[in-house]
Amino acid sequence: MTLRAKGAVTGIGETRYTRASPKNAFALQIEASLLAIRDAGLDPKDIDGIIPIGLTGAPAEAFTTNFGIPDLRFSAVTPMGGASGIAAIQTAIAVIDAGICNHVLIPSGRNVSSGARAGVRIHQMPQFHLITEYEYPLGAISPAQLYAPMARRHMELYGTTSLQLAEIAVTIRAHALMTDNAIMKKPMTIENHQASRMITDPFRLFDCSLESDGGAAVVISSSRQARDMAAHPVDILGIAEGHPDSPSAITHRPDITTLGIAKAAPIAFHMAGVSHSDIDVAEIYDCFTWVVLCQLEDMGFCKKGEGGSFVEGGRLTLGGQLPTNTHGGLLSQAHMLGMNHIIELVRQLRGRADAQVLGAKIGLCTGYGDMGDGAIAIMQRG
Amino acid sequence: MSDQTISYPRPHAKDLSASYWEGTSRGALVLQCCSACGRFRHYAQLICSSCYTEHAEWIDASGRGTVHSWTVSHHAFHPSFGADLPYTLATVDLEEGVRALGLLKNVAPDALKIGLQLRATFPVWTDGYGRLTFVPVLSDKLEHPRMDLQG
Repeated sequence: MTLRAKGAVTGIGETRYTRASPKNAFALQIEASLLAIRDAGLDPKDIDGIIPIGLTGAPAEAFTTNFGIPDLRFSAVTPMGGASGIAAIQTAIAVIDAGICNHVLIPSGRNVSSGARAGVRIHQMPQFHLITEYEYPLGAISPAQLYAPMARRHMELYGTTSLQLAEIAVTIRAHALMTDNAIMKKPMTIENHQASRMITDPFRLFDCSLESDGGAAVVISSSRQARDMAAHPVDILGIAEGHPDSPSAITHRPDITTLGIAKAAPIAFHMAGVSHSDIDVAEIYDCFTWVVLCQLEDMGFCKKGEGGSFVEGGRLTLGGQLPTNTHGGLLSQAHMLGMNHIIELVRQLRGRADAQVLGAKIGLCTGYGDMGDGAIAIMQRG
Repeated sequence: MSDQTISYPRPHAKDLSASYWEGTSRGALVLQCCSACGRFRHYAQLICSSCYTEHAEWIDASGRGTVHSWTVSHHAFHPSFGADLPYTLATVDLEEGVRALGLLKNVAPDALKIGLQLRATFPVWTDGYGRLTFVPVLSDKLEHPRMDLQG
């Protein structure tokens, strides 16, 4: 039994991404959800499953009420930080394949100017109570300070350099410049990256993702039903989530340079029945530059320790061997918890992206969150 | 000395972490040790993930360990740390076979390397709590006390 080609993304919706939206997070989620439902050729009352993403706290009930959904059959949460969106798709396909639902809405939205800033909210998250109890009082306040030792260890063991991290930031910025709905519009050079201020070594400012406002949503339907729906369907060939050995704190893990996606990727590739060379485009969760490099290794695009040289020479650019984060990612488009990566992949496979990979047929997107959770989806043009 | 108009974040010690923070006040690095199989665990957890036994003893660790990784923070993610920048946080492999995160002092960032031998100290900050602070084994005392080290 497998979830291969059982589900499809039938609708995508995004608000404008900004740094100060007048709308609150729930209003942004509703706006994006209505766009996604319309894109799928559905009416809101057709939605019979809801898996809300993110920390804003709007439960499925709030959507059910506003949409007047008469018969919601399923709701759940997939609390994996930035991996939640893809984990939610996996859950959605499973309940669709089980005959519980027809159309599952996965909404997300955030307004960091009115809510907690992503960079300093660890102590508000119950899954990190150990970090809060032991590490927060020492000055370990932000996720950046916990991801940085992962990157530092990688650099010490394998010789990875800040210039290699710069390649990732510069490439992704260049893609944001080609994308209409992207926040960062100033070109970036390697020198700009190296001159940006040190935040927490080895992460400079331009190694860190944005704090953004906006909403993003997708609708998942069965691949069979998708054939009859309005938008051009995109089939999900392989999907999996993976968790780190201990999710509670980085100090618990035998190896901090390997993330949960190392467990998920072989499952997803096997399910999809495709190989790495089949991947035309990759939208890789990029809360920090190094996290992209590490995931490339963990997914098997190169060996552990070789991510630094892999990203050199323009391999990740549009026109390169593995065009990556063609929308600008969390680093330069917007931080939408990776929902924007899912949406960009669908757009690429529909052939409708701003920075389109010509002829893109198969691609992948990843999510990463909560200090090491990972998720991956491999999709194909329907 | 830091501007103490803004307090440092205090330990949110509760239940299982209370013993750890009591240990810091007398200068000891206290770890849980499984009563059944003898495995150490840090941070404290309800049961042993190896043999699932609940009962554990609190043991004073040697405080010795080696550098596993680190970050040097140049940005005050909490305003109370503004006057302490830059400061180094390190993950440290302890002799007891578990890893801890602590502050690291008396080493220039350029001299940091994996495997550097350290020992634990617990300088008491103005809020009365000792904070796990590693120094090289050869260091006699904190050369550049920061973070409102008392006395």
